[in-house]
Amino acid sequence: MKRVQFDDKWTPVYFVLPQILIIAVFFLWPAFEAIRLSFLLEDPWGMSSEFVWFENYQDVFADPEYVETIVVTTLFSAAVTAISLFFGMLLAVKVDGMLHGGAGYKPLIVWAYAIAPAVGGLVARFLFSPAIGPFYEVLNAIGPNGWFEPTLDSTDAWIVMTFGSVLRQISVNFIFLLAGLQSIPRSVIEASKLDNPSGLGRFIGVTLPLLAPTIFFLTVINLSYAFFETFGVIDAVFPFGPPSGAQTMVYKVYVDGFKGADLGGSSAQSVILMLFVLALTVIQFRFIEKRVHYT
Amino acid sequence: MKNGNGIFGSGQFVDHLIVIAGIMFLVVPLWMIFASSTHLPEVLIRDGLQFFPGEHFLDTYGSVLTERRGFTKEVTASRMIMNSMILGLGFAIGKILVSMTAAYAIVYFRFPLAGFLFWVIFFTLLLPLEVRIIPSYQVAAQLGLLNTYTGLILPLIASATGTFFFRQFYRSVPEELLEAARLDGAGPFKFFIDILLPLSRTMIAAMFIFMFVVGWNQYLWPLLLTTDESFTTIVFGISSVMQNIDESRIPDYHRGFALGILALIPPVMVVVLFQRWFIKGLLESEK
Repeated sequence: MKRVQFDDKWTPVYFVLPQILIIAVFFLWPAFEAIRLSFLLEDPWGMSSEFVWFENYQDVFADPEYVETIVVTTLFSAAVTAISLFFGMLLAVKVDGMLHGGAGYKPLIVWAYAIAPAVGGLVARFLFSPAIGPFYEVLNAIGPNGWFEPTLDSTDAWIVMTFGSVLRQISVNFIFLLAGLQSIPRSVIEASKLDNPSGLGRFIGVTLPLLAPTIFFLTVINLSYAFFETFGVIDAVFPFGPPSGAQTMVYKVYVDGFKGADLGGSSAQSVILMLFVLALTVIQFRFIEKRVHYT
Repeated sequence: MKNGNGIFGSGQFVDHLIVIAGIMFLVVPLWMIFASSTHLPEVLIRDGLQFFPGEHFLDTYGSVLTERRGFTKEVTASRMIMNSMILGLGFAIGKILVSMTAAYAIVYFRFPLAGFLFWVIFFTLLLPLEVRIIPSYQVAAQLGLLNTYTGLILPLIASATGTFFFRQFYRSVPEELLEAARLDGAGPFKFFIDILLPLSRTMIAAMFIFMFVVGWNQYLWPLLLTTDESFTTIVFGISSVMQNIDESRIPDYHRGFALGILALIPPVMVVVLFQRWFIKGLLESEK
């Protein structure tokens, strides 16, 4: 808030109205609908519906496929987060430490942000394709023959989708971590060189704690990307649906609600996802932000 | 940093090798898709994905851009690129307009609902469109927005990242500007257009570049909203090719790959050419 403000009564209303209208129609209304439908059971023709309390939620959690979807989505998100944070960090530390030419490498990494999830999925699908993919051949050549079958086996399917998802995220992590590294004062770095001559020791003892807020924030960003924005990856790799056990929670909301026409179940899943996001936000504000070190 | 050991601290030469290897990891997969798009499918079926470009660049890309394909044979890749342009530009411009004005009201005015509206807007930051995707589709259908550009763009704007971005910026604008402007008799509209707008130029550019890429790369919302192929965006257009590839006897790999490359080139150009603005937009709006 500004100390000096306009005090016209109606002018601010005109300015804020477009945003409020869009939020009301395309955010609050659908969110409210999701909650309302999650308590209703519609007959198969959509003619009538009945208030069923928490029955949809009970059904969703009683379904072993849904529980499995929660577990595998979490594992997939953790893998995408760990891999893209690691490579983003590695590249950022190396580029930041370069005496010459570091800036020249930057666009060659930054461009990858433009890889849409669907394009990442297309690339992954054909690199690992049984018909023409070089990675498919290599993987089956180094292991027991025929062990790698992404169209049949869910673990193999996740490998392909993880590959398609990390390309863009490496660039995101690189950009944020490089900005974080470059904001560390030179004097801190020079002083730490005197105390700790080993590069790895200095990285763990000095750089990592200073970057903790950025790393924490990126963990949230990466998790929410893997949870919510990887639909395009799955749909490009498996246009007719992934093998059983290889779908994310968002993909299942879409399949159950849109293809399966199970509105109550799909809405209950939407509400569960909303609660999940809220929980993630509360954790972000309450617990972890207190423990990371800010300069 | 220059003379330690291990992968997080080694000599300059090794550093360059590591960075180059990382870049190859990002570039080579997409390069192979491009190189393979210039070969005929017979070659790809026989020899797998190709690393070196073939001789069919012009005819493949020419036919993808100008021939009507897809389920109903109604849409060319040029049309899809135009639709993506409309989505990317409409999303970026709409989001900037809506969030600049909303942030202006919140920062520069004293009005009773300001606190409450701020929290409503903050709440929208938390929940991405994906978690309320089916009801959003129903709302759009009830409003008759299926297969319209309005329906494609507006629901994507219903998140307040931009509002926070401009709110932060306005708060850093010196108070004296408003005091001086008021002494000169400037009203709220004049102050916004003559003083705040020119001051925000860099922020607008950063936001524009970043949001264009975000809008261009949307997938799930266009999938639900555009059943009429003449509204298909190029990123979503990939999906129909992906389905057809599995069904045909000699799959049209080269055309599918060309479509993927055409979907990739515009946002890559934008990110690379306007790198500084793009990075600023990403760093500021995700905060």
